Amino acid sequence: MTFPITVDGRSVPVVPGQTIGAALHAAGVRSWRSTRFGGRPRGLFCGIGVCFDCLVSVNGRAPERACLLEAAPGDEVTTS
Amino acid sequence: MTYDLVVVGGGPAGVAGALTAVRAGLRVALVDSGARLGGQYFRHCAVPGAVPGAVPGAVPGAVPGLGRFLRQARALGERADVLLRHQVWSAAREPDATLAVHGVTPSPEGERPVVLRTRRLLIATGAYDRPLPFPGWDLPGVLTAGGAQALLKGSGVVAGRRVVVSGTGPFLLPAACGLAGAGARVLGVYEAGGALGLARRPLLALDKAGEAARYAVDLARHRVPYRTRQAVVAAHGEREVEAVTVARLDKGWNIIATRVVECDTVAAGYGFVPQIELGTQLGCGTRHDVDGSQVLTVDTGQRTTVPGVWAAGEPTGVGGWRLSELEGRVAGLAVVADSRALHAGPATGTAPREGAARAVPGVLVRRRVRWRRFGEALQRAYPVKPGWQGWLRDDTLVCRCEEVPLARVREAQDLGATDARSIKLLARPGMGWCQGRVCGYALSCLAGEPPQPPRRPIAQPVTLGALSESGEASAGVTVDGTGGARADDPPSHPNPPTRRNS
Ligand SMILES: Cc1cc2nc3c(=O)[nH]c(=O)nc-3n(C[C@H](O)[C@H](O)[C@H](O)COP(=O)(O)OP(=O)(O)OC[C@H]3O[C@@H](n4cnc5c(N)ncnc54)[C@H](O)[C@@H]3O)c2cc1C
Ligand code: FES
Repeated sequence: MTFPITVDGRSVPVVPGQTIGAALHAAGVRSWRSTRFGGRPRGLFCGIGVCFDCLVSVNGRAPERACLLEAAPGDEVTTS
Repeated sequence: MTYDLVVVGGGPAGVAGALTAVRAGLRVALVDSGARLGGQYFRHCAVPGAVPGAVPGAVPGAVPGLGRFLRQARALGERADVLLRHQVWSAAREPDATLAVHGVTPSPEGERPVVLRTRRLLIATGAYDRPLPFPGWDLPGVLTAGGAQALLKGSGVVAGRRVVVSGTGPFLLPAACGLAGAGARVLGVYEAGGALGLARRPLLALDKAGEAARYAVDLARHRVPYRTRQAVVAAHGEREVEAVTVARLDKGWNIIATRVVECDTVAAGYGFVPQIELGTQLGCGTRHDVDGSQVLTVDTGQRTTVPGVWAAGEPTGVGGWRLSELEGRVAGLAVVADSRALHAGPATGTAPREGAARAVPGVLVRRRVRWRRFGEALQRAYPVKPGWQGWLRDDTLVCRCEEVPLARVREAQDLGATDARSIKLLARPGMGWCQGRVCGYALSCLAGEPPQPPRRPIAQPVTLGALSESGEASAGVTVDGTGGARADDPPSHPNPPTRRNS
C-alpha cells in the first residue's frame, strides 16, 4: 500500500503518512541540499523541524522542511 | 470569538491539559505543528503496521500508553478545536488583556496566517534534542537520537542499517532499542557518562529500575553492547557517514584512546533543550534547571509568573512523558479553577490564586514534586562534561546553518568577545535558520557561561508574506538584530540572503 513520488525524476515509494524526508531517507537519498558556503551535503538531522538542514523544494514551491512535510501522491521533489 | 484556553503543543502535556479543561466545559483550542497529535513520545504512524521492512509482529514505535492517549486525543477532537499543521510563532498581550496567539498553516498559496484570541494560554511545547558538535557531525547519516526515534515512530523508517548510538542520558536506551527492534544492527550504545550514574541514586533505583532493566534485556537480546565512558568523537565520510571514531573517555570526557567503527548512521544526543520562546516573549520568568537548561518558572498550579499563562511538560523542565502528562492535567485543573473564580466574581472573596491552589488535589501536587525530583536526579546523573570541547578541530563547524567553524569562534574570543552574545555578533554562530537552537548550548559552553533565555522574537521562522498578512500581528515583532531573529528573511529560502538584520 504505497504511492509514488518523484525525486529528480526518479520514482520513490511512500507509505501514506510518511514525510518527504522519511521517504527520501528510506529510499537511500540521504542528502538533497548543499550548504551555501562550503557546498556541504545536507539531509535529515533533528527530524522534528528544528534545524532546517532538510529544506527541500516540492512541486516548484519555495523550500520547506522535508521532515515536517507529509508526502502527497504525485509530489515532484527537486534536489539541488 | 475568544477561547477560554488555547494550548500550544499536542504531546502528553498539552493533550492532558486541554482535555481536563474541555471536560469542565471550557472553550478550548489546541494547536500543534504536527500532522497528528502525540508530540514526541506518542508520535505514531498514520497507518499502523503498514511499514515496509518492519519486523513481523512488531509495530515500530508502538509505546506503552499509546492506546489510551489515542482515545483521549479522539475525545479531545470531539469537544475542542484541534488545529494540526499549525505553527505558532508568537503570543502577545492585547490591549483588552486577552492574548493573541499567532500561527501559520500551509496552504496551496503558501503559508496562511491564523490568529486565535484567548483568555488563557497553556505552553506545552516540549523540547528538542541537545546535540554537541564533533568533527563530521554535519555529514548526512548523522542524526540526533530523537530524530532517529521520530523517523521510526512517525514514518516507520529505520534510520540506517548499521547504526551507532552515542551521547549521554537515559534517552539513548529507548532510541537504541527502537532501532534494534525495527531491524537495524546497532553496533553499540556509547554513553559518555559513568556506569554508576543510575545505580548510585537510590531514588532512581526505586522508581526506574524496572524500566531500565527492560531496556537492558532488550539490548542484550539484540546483542547490542552498552559501553559507558565512551562516545563518538568524530564521523568520517565523503558525501555521508561511513565510519566513526569512538573514544574511551576519562571522567571529564577527555579522550584516552580511540578506535574506528564502520557504520552508515549515527544517532547522537546529549539531553534536551526545553522550548520556552512563547513564554519568554510574554515576559514569563525563567530559571536554570539542574542540567543548565533555561526553563519557565511555575507554581504548584503550573502558573508562570505572567497572569493568564500556564506551562506544562518540558518547558518547565525535562522529566519524561509521565511527568509531562501529569503537569498538563494539573495545569488544566488550575485553569478550570481560574475560570470558575472569574465567573463567580469577586463576591466570593476568593482570590483566584487561592481558589486554584485548592483545585489541584494534594495527591497530584505531591506526585508532581516526586516525579520532578526524579527528573532532576536523572539530569544530575548524566551531566555534560567539558572534555567534549577537546574533540573539536579548528575546522569543526560549531554552527551548521552559518557554517561557523571553531576557529572563527576562537578568533572572536581573541578579539575580545567574552560572552556568547558578543561571539554571535562577531562570528555569527546561531544567526541562521535555526536561530541558534542547534548550536546554542555548545556555544554557551565554549563561551564558558550557562545558557541564557532565548531572545528570539519569533518562536518559529515564518515568511515575510505571512507576517505582513497577519496585519496587527507584525506590530508585536521586533527584530533586535542580536537574538538571531530572521523575521525579515523567508524561512524557506535555499540560499538565505547575506543581508543581515543588525
Ligand atoms: C525528537 C524527540 C524524540 C523523543 N522520543 C522519545 C521517546 O521515544 N521516548 C521517550 O520516552 N521520550 C522521548 N522524547 C522525550 C519526550 O520529549 C518526552 O518524553 C515527552 O514527549 C514530552 O512531552 P511534552 O508534552 O512535554 O512535549 P512533546 O511531546 O514534545 O510535545 C510538544 C508538542 O508541541 C508542538 N510544538 C512545539 N512548539 C510549537 C509551536 N511553536 N507551534 C505549534 N506546535 C508546537 C510539537 O510539535 C510537539 O508536538 C523525545 C524527545 C525528542 C525531542
Ligand atoms: S531535519 Fe531538522 S528541520 Fe528537518
